[in-house]
Amino acid sequence: MLTYIVKRTLLMIPILFGITVLSFAVMRLAPGGPAEAQMEFSSRASAEARERLRKLYGADQPFHKQYATWLKKFVTLDFGTAFADGRLVKDKILERLPITLTINALSLGLVLLIAIPIGIMSATRQYSLIDRFTTMFVFIGFSTPSFWLALLLIYAFGVQWGLLPISGLHSLDTTGLSRWGKLMDESRHLILPVFVSAFGGLAGFSRYVRNNMLEVMRQDYIRTARAKGLPEGSVVYKHALRNAIMPVITILGLVLPSLIGGSAIMEQVFGIPGMGQLMFQAVLSRDYNLAMGILVPAAFLTMAGNFLADIGYAFADPRIRLR
Amino acid sequence: MQPPESSMRDDGQKQASPVQNRRKVPMASRSESFATLTLRSLLSNRLAVIGVILVALVFILSIFAPLFAPFDPSAIDIRNILVGPGFAHPLGTDDLGRDVLSRMLWGGRVSLEVGFVAVGIATIIGMILGSLAGFYGGWIDSAIMRAVDIMLSIPTIFLVLAVIAILEPSIINIMIVIGLTSWMEPARLIRAEFISIKEREFVLAARAIGAADNRIMLRHILPNGLSPILVSATMGIGAAILIESALSFLGLGVQPPTPSWGSLLSAGKDNIEIAWWLSAFPGLAILLTVLGYNLLGEGIRDALDPRQRE
Repeated sequence: MLTYIVKRTLLMIPILFGITVLSFAVMRLAPGGPAEAQMEFSSRASAEARERLRKLYGADQPFHKQYATWLKKFVTLDFGTAFADGRLVKDKILERLPITLTINALSLGLVLLIAIPIGIMSATRQYSLIDRFTTMFVFIGFSTPSFWLALLLIYAFGVQWGLLPISGLHSLDTTGLSRWGKLMDESRHLILPVFVSAFGGLAGFSRYVRNNMLEVMRQDYIRTARAKGLPEGSVVYKHALRNAIMPVITILGLVLPSLIGGSAIMEQVFGIPGMGQLMFQAVLSRDYNLAMGILVPAAFLTMAGNFLADIGYAFADPRIRLR
Repeated sequence: MQPPESSMRDDGQKQASPVQNRRKVPMASRSESFATLTLRSLLSNRLAVIGVILVALVFILSIFAPLFAPFDPSAIDIRNILVGPGFAHPLGTDDLGRDVLSRMLWGGRVSLEVGFVAVGIATIIGMILGSLAGFYGGWIDSAIMRAVDIMLSIPTIFLVLAVIAILEPSIINIMIVIGLTSWMEPARLIRAEFISIKEREFVLAARAIGAADNRIMLRHILPNGLSPILVSATMGIGAAILIESALSFLGLGVQPPTPSWGSLLSAGKDNIEIAWWLSAFPGLAILLTVLGYNLLGEGIRDALDPRQRE
């Protein structure tokens, strides 16, 4: 097991390097760096001023030197300041992170709560009406543009029935509300975003649970359990589920990055000031420091998630370690 | 909150999807070719048939858009702004008085173009890199697979956004960007096929009579390893259409006045309180199109799997 972990860790080093080089290159290749962006507001700025700014941002240096300077700062967790307002990138991220994290954690909880029972049900009653219904639901779930679903729900619940607020995180004026009232107000704003971000995952997870369950139910030890006369409930929930659920738990590692990543599109539709929206703005305004400050940690988390998932698999299934 | 798709879809190959398992495939006579068998198997699968119909429908409507469209898709009519669905405009008009049905028909062309070209680019890159990695192994394999890992670690939508911000949004650039950010799955699939096929007897035989590497790769291994690529490309078209519509929705995709489903939805968002039809219909078109390709892809996967043919 230890050898496997060490091997797997060493594999991450070139990937780490590649992630930073690629993201840095993509961001720096953009014509019109931060100096030019600032100049757009003052067209009369002289060529010398332009040059001074370029020097200030290090844009006059060759690519590999810029990269080295950036990397040196980055490893000490110094992400620099955002060009737009001069605030620390770290602060900007930290004020948005809780919002995205809350929404995604809630929706992940919702997904697991619904997907696991659905998956078990359609696996144990294979070919039944409910199984066929969920199969169709899975296909529709995979094919639905999330932002369209968001629009429909906004129209139905917000515009037509006036039941739920349609954008933002809280109402404009919350001064008169008690602490409880404020919490209620915020939860009402979260209902639609959480549901929409859960929707796509629901299809995928329930399918995954179902397929794992089906695979396990075909094993010999399940037949043995049935043969020795165990009640069906005990066969399904004790013998089958425990083995089928293991890969589902390890796959959670892969979901880790999307917990903090947030969705640029979703947050745009609902007007939520989260990580996705921040990244979207950063990329569009070519705010290198900010964009890199989000992109690179997100990529690292993805990799770490893969790592955890692999280790989890290896832990659960000794055959993998030998490969 | 999407679980990674690869983990979701891999398992479809391991085990028969139940709905298809039950269908009765007629016993094949000896003379039938593989293609006929596959087609017959595909057409006896109800979900796959729905997929075929949806795909064909969107194709026909888009190709003959000039015939079907009741109006010029970019004709502005300020006296009929945001008119609801009715006799004159079956699906209503948008915020500039343009006919939504006409714009959707023309927009279908854009979506299909982007879908096919983007998937073409991704598949070609994936096939080249995957073949090299699987055939040669060693450091070539390691290098290519690490590149795949790197690409998979960076959130695609951010990469796409960043590149679009550099290249300026246009249909061609969107195709290229989507293609360049989705070659990893075909590469992995082709690599796996190469690794398993290259040890087979017919490849060893070709090698023994002195066939060159590229001949073995192109003539012997590749044609035998195309099935998973066909499936992933079919589903990839749906995925590319989804990305294109999302980009156009954000205003970074197809630029006005060219109609596209995503940009119609974007106008729908701005007028959500007064014009539901602007949001409802274009999204439904995306859903049905993507659904069609997903069902077709899944159907092809089952049809190509000989284990499911009795």
